[in-house]
Amino acid sequence: MSGTGDSWRLRESYTFDRHVIAEIHRAANTGVYRIRGWGAKRKLPTLDDLVFLGASMSRYPLEGYRESCGTDLVIGEERAARPLRIDIPITIAGMSFGSLSSHAKEALGRGASAAGTSTTSGDGGMLPEEREHSSKLVYQYLPSRYGQNPDDLRRGDAIEVVVGQGAKPGGGGILLGQKVSERVAGMRTLPAGIDQRSACRHPDWTGPDDLQIKIHELREIVDWQVPIFVKIGAARPFYDTALAVKAGADAVVVDGLQGGTAATQDVFIEHVGIPTIAAIPEATRALQDLDVHRRSVKLIASGGMRSGADVAKALALGADAVSIGTAALIALGDNDPAYDDEYRELGSAAGFWDDLQDGTDPAGIATQDPRLTSRLDPVIGGRRLANYLKVLTMEAQTIARACGKSHVANLEPEDLAALTVEAAAMAQVPVAGTDWIPGDRRRG
Amino acid sequence: MGARAGCHLHVDPGRVSAPRPVTDVDLAETSLRDLNRMLHQARQGSFRVLNPRGAHAVACGIDTDITVEVRGSVGYYCAGMHQKGSVHVDGNASTGLAENIMSGTVRITGSATMSAGATGHGGLVVIEGNAGARCGISMKGVDIVVGGNVGHMSAFMAQAGNLVVLGDAGADLGDSIYEANLYVRGEVASLGADAIRKDMRPEHVRTLSGLLDSAGMDADPGDFKRYGTARSLYNFHIDDIDAEVAGRAG
Repeated sequence: MSGTGDSWRLRESYTFDRHVIAEIHRAANTGVYRIRGWGAKRKLPTLDDLVFLGASMSRYPLEGYRESCGTDLVIGEERAARPLRIDIPITIAGMSFGSLSSHAKEALGRGASAAGTSTTSGDGGMLPEEREHSSKLVYQYLPSRYGQNPDDLRRGDAIEVVVGQGAKPGGGGILLGQKVSERVAGMRTLPAGIDQRSACRHPDWTGPDDLQIKIHELREIVDWQVPIFVKIGAARPFYDTALAVKAGADAVVVDGLQGGTAATQDVFIEHVGIPTIAAIPEATRALQDLDVHRRSVKLIASGGMRSGADVAKALALGADAVSIGTAALIALGDNDPAYDDEYRELGSAAGFWDDLQDGTDPAGIATQDPRLTSRLDPVIGGRRLANYLKVLTMEAQTIARACGKSHVANLEPEDLAALTVEAAAMAQVPVAGTDWIPGDRRRG
Repeated sequence: MGARAGCHLHVDPGRVSAPRPVTDVDLAETSLRDLNRMLHQARQGSFRVLNPRGAHAVACGIDTDITVEVRGSVGYYCAGMHQKGSVHVDGNASTGLAENIMSGTVRITGSATMSAGATGHGGLVVIEGNAGARCGISMKGVDIVVGGNVGHMSAFMAQAGNLVVLGDAGADLGDSIYEANLYVRGEVASLGADAIRKDMRPEHVRTLSGLLDSAGMDADPGDFKRYGTARSLYNFHIDDIDAEVAGRAG
């Protein structure tokens, strides 16, 4: 036939597309698996597959600009002398100094504080700049125990026992030598410049019964002052959440497959864990079974949260709050088109760059290079993050009011419908326009 | 609260100190919470814990120069995150004895189960008996002296500090070890990944001798072998065939 050029005869293999071919070439050249940052990049079922059923005849909306819609949250009031009180249901996830620059950590603290919420330390211990600028700082207790010490444990406003994270449930962290500067190495008691691989399991407990004793020990050390979270990567969220509650957690953080990382094997990021939309309802079901949902144990959902709609949907599915990591870094300036030329020099482009492990971040966020870190002004970065958190909160409130809720925590699955059968099955809400929930657990 | 002042004679080699008041705390009458609160609030002094009966988290989080003697065996995480002072257990200890110790001294007369001295950043842990699996796992500067044997995977990912074993070591000693030094007098069942036998240079003999003295252990440093890292796992080994081929072509 005429009119078809050579390009019309080219057919790319679905199985061996250009990304796959490039990865096979890369693997054959280097003999090492690909390590990168960010979260899963392939198409996954997401919260975008859900929509809200705004109020109309059978539901009464709140006035969008005038009627109040609460966003505050208290965590740990049953057991902690100083429960964590946050003004908005959005927290900043744990990200280490080492993977991030000190300016980035400070900016996260400044932004979170301005928005009335908490930020979280990370692998490698508590950075003084971060503590100074974070009105509420959650101190992570990780398998590596890098930089772990009782003084910082007591300085935290909550303790988060990290069992896993969404980007790598069952795996430990990686920090490549380019980012293991003298300061980072000193905080971790490691030689500078090594490719540091963190432990994937805690050194002194091996199961939920042990974890219960561990949590008791931590409470004793801090004299029962602050709440204790347990963070899990979403794999078996129903059982893991139930076990975390049994172990004594005040909050369970469930991090879905889309959750980010600064460095992990690509094969891990893309192929281990379940999507956030599937994880939240299962964790919620566990809390409801134990009669602690929306009561003594709070659920914090994370993994690919981007907008106020995501926040509202997570809350409607049962979360009490969400946690953001990648989105917070983007708010600081990650993948800024202004640095596109430099991203291209690194073999990537603005909007695509995910090599947070390399320490070459042009935006000065995921690096320890002083020349690059100086590009991020922590005061300006903090303002950008605070603005972003404000927008997320207002968007979530807008949706909650439209559903007739005077507090975002009053959002519920009944407010949602699914656009796909798989989203309906995972989220356990009806397919839009029907009353059909595939695999409906309420009906047995 | 079940605590009462008593009198306890401390005997140091070569001299006899004046009697110092000791506060007795009976865990048969006092809650663990009250015990630890008392220890955290004390700025100085000596305490004797009676009837621990395997309680967990006994004397954890101590941050002052106090002396605690525990009469009997304890459960998990005794002296966890120990920061200052000393804890002496007259008995055995379960998992995580002196985990994440920062400084000070923890000593037990009996044996310890899993993960003794895990992740410790400093200080001295003395186990007069045996230690179970993962003794000194991820240690970050602590010195651990074990009078008997240690179990498998001891000093796994050990970063810094010294582990001294007067008896034998179980399988996979020092797997993925960083810069810690391991001194074993007896047999080593097997070494873990990247762990190798190393020379005992004079500075190591001096260090070992000092540790044995500090622990009150009677042993000849010359009878020990030293193990540490081969440093072969410190960085990924990345090939670059494309560059090699391009170089040949150029």
